[in-house]
Amino acid sequence: MANGEAILEARGLVIKFNLRGRALTAIRGASLDLYEGETLAIVGESGSGKSVLTKSLIGMLDRNGWVDSGSAMFEGRDLARIKDERDWLGVRGKKISMVFQDPMTALNPLLTIGAQIREVFELHHGLSGKKADYAVIEMLERVGIDNPEERRRQYPHEFSGGMRQRVVIAIAVACKPRILICDEPTTALDVTIQAQILGLIKALQRDLSFTTVYITHDLGVVANVADRVAVMYAGRIVETGLAEEVFYDSRHPYTWALLSSLPQLGVKGKPLYSISGTPPNLFNEIRGDAFAPRNPKALKVDFVAEPPEFAVSPTHRASTWLLDPRAPRIEPPPAILAMRAKLGGSSTGAAGGRL
Amino acid sequence: MSGERETVLELRDLEVSFKLKGGGVFKAVRGVSFSIYKGETFGLVGESGSGKTSIGRAIVRINGASSGSILYKGREISGRIPKELDREVVRKIQMIFQDPMASLNERAKVDYIVSEGLYNIGVKRTEEERRAMVAKALLEVGLLPEFASRFPHEFSGGQRQRIGIARALIMEPELVVADEPISALDVSIRAQVLNLLSAIQRAKGLTYLFIAHDLSVVRFITDRIAVINKGEIVELAETEELFRNPLHPYTRALISAIPQPDPLVERKKVVTVYDPKCHDYSTDKPAWTDVGGGHFVLANAKEADAYRERIASGR
Ligand SMILES: Nc1ncnc2c1ncn2[C@@H]1O[C@H](COP(=O)(O)OP(=O)(O)OP(=O)(O)O)[C@@H](O)[C@H]1O
Ligand SMILES: [Mg+2]
Repeated sequence: MANGEAILEARGLVIKFNLRGRALTAIRGASLDLYEGETLAIVGESGSGKSVLTKSLIGMLDRNGWVDSGSAMFEGRDLARIKDERDWLGVRGKKISMVFQDPMTALNPLLTIGAQIREVFELHHGLSGKKADYAVIEMLERVGIDNPEERRRQYPHEFSGGMRQRVVIAIAVACKPRILICDEPTTALDVTIQAQILGLIKALQRDLSFTTVYITHDLGVVANVADRVAVMYAGRIVETGLAEEVFYDSRHPYTWALLSSLPQLGVKGKPLYSISGTPPNLFNEIRGDAFAPRNPKALKVDFVAEPPEFAVSPTHRASTWLLDPRAPRIEPPPAILAMRAKLGGSSTGAAGGRL
Repeated sequence: MSGERETVLELRDLEVSFKLKGGGVFKAVRGVSFSIYKGETFGLVGESGSGKTSIGRAIVRINGASSGSILYKGREISGRIPKELDREVVRKIQMIFQDPMASLNERAKVDYIVSEGLYNIGVKRTEEERRAMVAKALLEVGLLPEFASRFPHEFSGGQRQRIGIARALIMEPELVVADEPISALDVSIRAQVLNLLSAIQRAKGLTYLFIAHDLSVVRFITDRIAVINKGEIVELAETEELFRNPLHPYTRALISAIPQPDPLVERKKVVTVYDPKCHDYSTDKPAWTDVGGGHFVLANAKEADAYRERIASGR
């Protein structure tokens, strides 16, 4: 669990891409703290910027992308200003590692599993010979691969999807990172395997005490792993809080919409809440609250002015005009009220800017 | 209740096998029997490789059944069948696929994609009639008729899945086999497509076979669920009954693993793991058994007794 100290502080990150001569703003001023030892989950629909935001922290933005402004402080260094690939080598795969959705793309099909893990030990820990072998075997054992002595000599295609993801995780944590970023690590896996992989990441986190960032659109997974949740919409973080705060006492209309559209929260035989329209075009400048055009209960102000961040509690913040003291009282949708009721009816963070 | 209901589709002891490169045979589906009633949504749930898609594809006759039978309204439709019946089945049983990107022909216009099926059933139609049918099908799925002249890549994932649904609807089917119809879609679009499928079902009295791996979606949309593991159905019950009284250890493991969007529930949850060795089938062999009220489970006599007791004692 978190011990309260921020190990990474992102402030006002703006990330742009050049697409056929036009600039697309994928991240429009995102601020985020990451606390030592915690698990933060970033959620939001496709294209909201989850991957771009986290890739910028390990210098893996596509070539046509750049951090336009803002900062990301980590160990006294501003990651947003690193330009040189050599400087990234001190961070990526060393201090901050990443696990992606498709383990096949992360593994080299021509190298044995053992050789790929061994590389990390040679590179980052200067191990060689028998010592490196032992480290590889121990690591495979740690991620739950039976018979590591033999299996390390096998190739990725000889492993099932779940086992491959275990290997990718082994490679990612072999360098003893401070931060592990998992981008949809279990989306391609069956639920029973998913549960095992989530359990594995938790166990490793406990043993090796790193900080975990999950990117996922599965709110069930989020509820399972997250201490804190950040909700992204159109390149901004619109709500962040402890998992309890975001699930049981959400405040941003987009978070309401996202939760309400889940079949688990729906009433059988009745239509599910569904978000109409499409996310904004990121080539254009966005005025006001980016979600307003899709929010049937948007206020007038939502279309003209960008909402500031309001504090709901010391740990819970949301960027919505609904939290302004002058705002009219808008009832959240039924599914959200039902979630609220699970915490005994009272909202956890009533101390907010809303009266 | 099942006694009075009209059966649209019945599988009897279905087996689907595939020839392996090395010369062997892989049985993807074994001994599968169930009936789907008119107007219901029947869920078929299993993990990847469990054989659920093979069953769906056998029903729409993309792949053959190696043994057993598939009856559409009481008539055998697998293997060689009379031409007239073939035409009827081609129309009346339609499939919606998982990946709206991959399942649509990129080079064809929406107009052709939606009406493709009509060309294969030998009913003569004027161009005008055909266009009118396309327009109607597009409207039914919430798309504009003018989209007919566009290409699939101009549409979002949700719109493409709507096109996939329109091309099934234009055939005026009775049974729709939907194979993971929302898995490839973004969360925000899933609800739209689920709502659309339900609305169409109500409006047209359709029967659905809904194939999926995600039990929480299946729970929301289905009336009954069959759980398949490694090519065998292990349990079948009305949806809420299955969640109230999951009996087979595989079903229990599967249900225990579904993540719920509820941190308090997730933190307390215990995931159970299915170990096939937990069954002792050395002498007492398993059979497909009704343990009460249409709740079927694959069990031997001893297990079946224990399951009945568990239902009676309310856990
Ligand atoms: N190389 C690129 N060139 C141009 N635009 C890009 C590039 N990479 C990402 N984008 C754009 O940036 C925005 C954010 O993309 P990102 O991949 O971060 O979304 P995401 O939230 O991770 O979505 P998903 O859930 O689909 O993975 C999108 O509009 C995307 O099209
Ligand atoms: Mg992504």
